[in-house]
Amino acid sequence: MPEKIIKSISFGILSPSEIRKLSRTAIVTAETYDEDGLPIPGGLMDPRLGVIEPGQRCQVCGNTMANCPGHFGHIELARPVIHVGFVKHIHDILRATCRHCGRLLIPQEEIDRYLRLLEKLEKKWPLLALRLIEHVKKKAIKRMECPHCGEKQYKIRLEKPTTFYEERRGGVVRLTPIDVRSRLERIPDSDVRLLGLDPKEARPEWMVLTVLPVPPIQVRPSILLESGIRAEDDLTHKLVDIVRINERLKESIEAGAPQLIVEDLWSLLQYHVTTYIDNEVPGIPPAKHRAGRVLRTLAQRLKGKEGRFRGHLSGKRVDFSARTVISPDPNISINEVGVPLDIAKILTVPLKVSYWNVDEARRYVINGPEKWPGANYIIRPDGRRIDLRFVKDRKALAETITPGFIVERHLIDGDIVLFNRQPSLHRMSIMAHLVKILPGKTFRLNLLVCPPYNADFDGDEMNLHVPQTEEAQAEARELMLVQNQILSPRYGGPIIGGLQDYISGAYLLTSKATFLTKRDVVELLAAGGYEGPLPEPAILSPKKLWTGKQVFSLFLPSDFNYKKKANINVGEMACEDEECFHDSYVVIKKGKLLLGVIDKKSIGAQQPESLIHFIAKEYGYDAIREFFDKAFKIFLRYIEKHGFTMTLSDVEIPVEAEEKIQSILSEAEEKVRELIAQFNQGVLEPIPGRTAEETLELRIMEVLAEARDRAGEIAAEYLDPFNHAFIMARAGARGSPLNLTQMAAVLGQQSVRGERISRGYKDRTLPHFRKGDIGAAARGFVRSSFRRGLTPTEMFLHAAGGREGLVDTAVRTSQSGYMQRRLINALQDIRVEYDRSARLPNGAIVQFTYGEDGVDPMRSIHGKAVDVNRIVERVVGWKR
Amino acid sequence: MVTRFNVLDHELVPKHEVLKPSEAVEVLRKLGTTPDKLPWIRASDPVARAIGAKPGDIVKITRRSPTAGVSIAYRFVIAG
Repeated sequence: MPEKIIKSISFGILSPSEIRKLSRTAIVTAETYDEDGLPIPGGLMDPRLGVIEPGQRCQVCGNTMANCPGHFGHIELARPVIHVGFVKHIHDILRATCRHCGRLLIPQEEIDRYLRLLEKLEKKWPLLALRLIEHVKKKAIKRMECPHCGEKQYKIRLEKPTTFYEERRGGVVRLTPIDVRSRLERIPDSDVRLLGLDPKEARPEWMVLTVLPVPPIQVRPSILLESGIRAEDDLTHKLVDIVRINERLKESIEAGAPQLIVEDLWSLLQYHVTTYIDNEVPGIPPAKHRAGRVLRTLAQRLKGKEGRFRGHLSGKRVDFSARTVISPDPNISINEVGVPLDIAKILTVPLKVSYWNVDEARRYVINGPEKWPGANYIIRPDGRRIDLRFVKDRKALAETITPGFIVERHLIDGDIVLFNRQPSLHRMSIMAHLVKILPGKTFRLNLLVCPPYNADFDGDEMNLHVPQTEEAQAEARELMLVQNQILSPRYGGPIIGGLQDYISGAYLLTSKATFLTKRDVVELLAAGGYEGPLPEPAILSPKKLWTGKQVFSLFLPSDFNYKKKANINVGEMACEDEECFHDSYVVIKKGKLLLGVIDKKSIGAQQPESLIHFIAKEYGYDAIREFFDKAFKIFLRYIEKHGFTMTLSDVEIPVEAEEKIQSILSEAEEKVRELIAQFNQGVLEPIPGRTAEETLELRIMEVLAEARDRAGEIAAEYLDPFNHAFIMARAGARGSPLNLTQMAAVLGQQSVRGERISRGYKDRTLPHFRKGDIGAAARGFVRSSFRRGLTPTEMFLHAAGGREGLVDTAVRTSQSGYMQRRLINALQDIRVEYDRSARLPNGAIVQFTYGEDGVDPMRSIHGKAVDVNRIVERVVGWKR
Repeated sequence: MVTRFNVLDHELVPKHEVLKPSEAVEVLRKLGTTPDKLPWIRASDPVARAIGAKPGDIVKITRRSPTAGVSIAYRFVIAG
């Protein structure tokens, strides 16, 4: 067959004659099968509508079941009905045309002018043409007298979904579909064009159905249940309803039944046709199954997430993919993914056999589908595909393999695959990894790549795809490999980085107090895969000891300079400069960590302008990958050696501290009572712009928040600064000082919608309080700490606050998901051209310079194209 | 009656100017595009009226930007 090229597609409305031409048979009976289970000719399962029995040939086209596409039938409607999909258009057109002569309600000269304009616009600016049509329609609808025949026009009202009324002087008259159709028929072709329709493809009267097409059986297949009973498709059910009512209507009309009965049947027919097309039309009850299930009719098949477009055409299932639970493996590279052996034996990569790899290919074939690394299929040069599962003598087959064959071999170490976790919110949600075959049944991934995927291991599953062609593999390797995605295009900074115990470990290792014996150093360096000489020990006598900072420095580029405040640089430990007593100012000069501890600000994930950011930017992706694979292993090794646990007594404070805290809280509660008393006496000074009630609430919240902060400070004073919970909060590994306060001292105010909890019973939150009590405890101030435990009322109010958080997350995810979908649909075609302008595919300019400044955020430093300070720091190095 | 308010005096309204035909041609040549591919501004837009832009004109907008210093954009004036 010669190649066909599609030049254009035109959309239109099926005309009655076209429907009849398309049809192989008219459907005249609502019965589908006779007693013997054979389809009745002229019924909805008429064999002329398509073959359903395998092996049979189609009466119409002579094809077998696989090849026959099915054929349309039709129903001759006894009375015309409105097509729901077009009611809006019909309404517009009826109002814009004369009820008598059918002409557009615009003077002839203007019609001519508009027609000429329309022709021009359609060629050049089709979107403007649409606006012109809207304009013409609006103008015509306003006119209440026909400029052609002088007929007075009336208002036409549409009663949803399908009934039209004309508000004449004598009263309101219903327009039957017959009336509507005859009016539409009168409109001349030239006027139709100005109404936005192409009269060749879509005459307005075709919007009123006189003939209904019946889709082929293939479109509405019946399912044979196990019990042997046939279950018909929803469409067939609906069509049966239509045919039944249509036949009754026809008989009634022929028998000369009273007007009332005919009209009832007619509107019933209108209802059935309407729901057949769209079963979610507002204003009428949806058609239901016997069991009460809502029918899925034509519009429902197309609409929505599971519909034809989003569900089938733009969402496809793919081969060469796998899905399973993920689990962590700190020992593999960030570029790697651990793939279970069982999966590796199913997923294949086509290996093109050449002179250089015949032997390899033969080995795979000999191993076969069961033994890894083997092969599942081979494709001969003539295109024949051989399934190795059914080959008895694979050795003999392997001998026949020569260059030109394709062997579909198992997945092996070093293959490139795409790894994905839903929801795929940004491009780092799909990254390329190198395969590493591992025992077990889960995908394994390095913990450092959790932040880009937003993955954890509480049961998360991920998908894996195997690119098949060399082009796809090369693209994945060069563009999508994890190490190339470390810098996020969302903000100029690294998205990959240390979490939790990596940060605690780094903090402990690089702390001033850490000294290591040679044994320790060697063990750590071995874990990090370091090869090279040991540095001079920091302390020679009485024993050779190395500092943790020295060990860490071995993994830094030798000319690397860096200066930044550490995460611990807050409050008491704040320092503005290099001379920092608390070791909270990180200084790296010539690749040596001289001062400061390494914590979240230096190696944390999503920390712009951090140590890892600068290594990635200035030394390249290979360097940063190596840093992640080596230095980070040391952090883990060190925290393992050190030991890191937390216990209840870590948040225990001495009795005296407890007493102090209690007295602070009592004081605060007393102050609250005072405020309330002042309020009741009316002497409370309102804050400008607030009512007295609001002022009271604000003042109470203020007093309580301050009390909590002071209690927290006291607790922090008495807590051991080297207890592990404290270390984690300080280094930024997990938790915050607030969490510690809540555990050790006082939980504080619980809130719903940012206010003290006030809902519940009449004038009180719980029956345990007096009506009208607005004191601290009655409105959700929790005096206990997590360590001491909550009283029942406190626990309830705490749960009320916690519930709000859960609801918020649930609502936010669904809303932001929908917003993102719409944004992506709107923006996906915008492209940055070579002149740095952002343009649509048709060349329309969206931005004259991308983002006003033309900066690629991925290559920027936190949004800035150049960071002058950093350059100075790098060049000058030693001096500030 | 309130005193007439000149939008151009507002601090959030950047500088708008109508380009001379020769300048307009030059701008279009530099962008390698036709006027209709530029973003549009209606002639009835308060700013367009204030500077007296007519349909078919090209308006140059010069605004201060926190990221780029000064950024320049163009608008094609349409009827309406």
